[in-house]
Amino acid sequence: MDDHNTNRPRTMPIQSATFSGSVNAEIRRAAATGIYDIRGGGAKRKVPHFDDLLFLGASMSRYPLEGYREKCETSVTLGTRHAKNPIELEIPITIAGMSFGALSGPAKEALGRGATMAGTSTTTGDGGMTEEERGHSQKLVYQYLPSRYGMNPDDLRRCDAIEVVVGQGAKPGGGGMLLGQKISDRVADMRNLPAGIDQRSACRHPDWTGPDDLEIKILELREITNWEKPIYVKVGGARPYFDTTLAVKAGADVVVVDGMQGGTAATQDVFIEHVGQPTLACIRPAVRALQDLGVHREVQLVISGGIRTGADVAKALALGADAVSIGSAAMIALGDNDPRWEAEYNALGTTAGAYDDWHEGNDPAGITTQDPTLMARFDPIDGGRRLRNYLKVMSLEAQTIARACGKNHVLNLEPEDLCALTIEAAAMAGVPLAGTDWIPGRERL
Amino acid sequence: MQTFDLEEQGLRALNQTLHDQANDTNQTSWEIINPRGSHAIAVGLDAPIEVKIKGSTGYYCGGMNKQADILVEGSAGPGVAENMMSGTVVIEGDASQYAGATGRGGLLVIKGNASSRCGISMKGINIVVHGNIGHMSAFMAQSGNLVVLGNAGDALGDSLYEAQLFVRGTVKSLGADCVKKEMRAEHITLLQDLLNKAGANANPEEFTRYGSARKLYHFDIDNAGTY
Repeated sequence: MDDHNTNRPRTMPIQSATFSGSVNAEIRRAAATGIYDIRGGGAKRKVPHFDDLLFLGASMSRYPLEGYREKCETSVTLGTRHAKNPIELEIPITIAGMSFGALSGPAKEALGRGATMAGTSTTTGDGGMTEEERGHSQKLVYQYLPSRYGMNPDDLRRCDAIEVVVGQGAKPGGGGMLLGQKISDRVADMRNLPAGIDQRSACRHPDWTGPDDLEIKILELREITNWEKPIYVKVGGARPYFDTTLAVKAGADVVVVDGMQGGTAATQDVFIEHVGQPTLACIRPAVRALQDLGVHREVQLVISGGIRTGADVAKALALGADAVSIGSAAMIALGDNDPRWEAEYNALGTTAGAYDDWHEGNDPAGITTQDPTLMARFDPIDGGRRLRNYLKVMSLEAQTIARACGKNHVLNLEPEDLCALTIEAAAMAGVPLAGTDWIPGRERL
Repeated sequence: MQTFDLEEQGLRALNQTLHDQANDTNQTSWEIINPRGSHAIAVGLDAPIEVKIKGSTGYYCGGMNKQADILVEGSAGPGVAENMMSGTVVIEGDASQYAGATGRGGLLVIKGNASSRCGISMKGINIVVHGNIGHMSAFMAQSGNLVVLGNAGDALGDSLYEAQLFVRGTVKSLGADCVKKEMRAEHITLLQDLLNKAGANANPEEFTRYGSARKLYHFDIDNAGTY
């Protein structure tokens, strides 16, 4: 009897797709600690993205431009609608808002150095403007956030553009978070907070609610700065058609739409992974809103959230954006999550590429920390050069694609240059599924 | 005295003219007539000038003020003196929502009542309200002092940081982490000084001080129900 049982084939252990190893680990972690998971970065789940689109290139009906001989422009001007002094950028790739506090002072300096060498702008964050970034950023966008940490009229006047932040892709509807480990004396002083507390900033602005109020708020900001500065309105990827429409009606010069892959310094994982739409799903509705209002290209559209390569840049522009913005990719260019620190990532219970506990302030790369010893590992001059190189490569890649599509400016790329590899991407991007003339959601011609 | 007719000359000309006043200007006294509830009157000033507004104002009057002394001979709309850095803003009538929001310095005096969210997210400003204040006032207030000669509405000082609140009348309810605190001699001195500056005739001994219990400064699952 025993022999019979021993030799009988057994059912192979099957792991549940619903209760996977990582899901169960998170249940155990929550049960042990009593707190939701807080982390940095953007959505890690797989969502339809630019990888699901392809360019068609030149053919009988489109002739290409010579790669090394014929010009393909990359310059873009932001803020032409109302501002006296629009921002002129050499490349259509900007650096997204990241706070001093979340990042170290030298990291902010490196972003300024790299962006300036590449001819583009960088952006402050939820902690006010530092001398490092103002001094090293030829063009600096000053964020106007619900917390108003460090907000003052002098910095408003010495910035090059103002970005009113309504939301961000990682957490549409959520406010900033900076835990006590990173509230050093300098960070606390800039934010008027006690050092060492867990800072959770407000999720909406303290002195306006809704688009009608925002119109008056924008009027006030224009009056304070004598109508010189372009005013951007940044929204998370929630309702891109209506959000863009309302931002334009409120008077924005530039609308920034940040999809769910856009990063944050710290927030709840449940927020990052379950609130907001993928970047790819946001672009066409935002463009349609601008077209319906007759202001496409007059009000510029900046897209962010998961931009990594020149191909991503080119695809975003082809779908109608005027520029893109990068945050996570810029940090990786500086040295974040670099395998050279693998042993230290392992000691923190993670691995290079997956490290996202930026809020704890123990970043081995010395970028997302206020610890002087760790900060000293990061060289802002070298970091600036690396970012410059990366931005230049992205621009060259975008130009390569644009030339192949026969365009003498990257902004001349158009949806007709694209096809999609999946039905989902075809529907979101509003381009035909490869090998067909089918755009899901639209009637065939 | 320089007189500026807002209805005739327009908002842009007004603010540009006031911005053009240098620190050593001898045109130190300005009177604005026909404000008619316009928004963004006298915003972003940065000179030691006196600005008298002959009537009521709309949103954000005196926003981000530095140095200037602004008097509104009427009532003020939402966000009066928002993010003020220094100087004074005095409202002879009532103030709407968010009065003194995120203010970092200076003195805001409201001789009537203030609506909800007075002093929201204040960061160093002093606010004296001769009348009552509405609900959610001093929400997430970080530093500075809010003095109320009348009564306060619901959820006073919710999620308060280090700002100090002084109320002479009743408080309908306190917000999360806001508690009654002892009035010590230094608080009496501070309050008397603020009352004097605000032209308020009141006895500091009659006020109650409120501040942060500091229990929400660090996340604790046992306090989750408080948020």
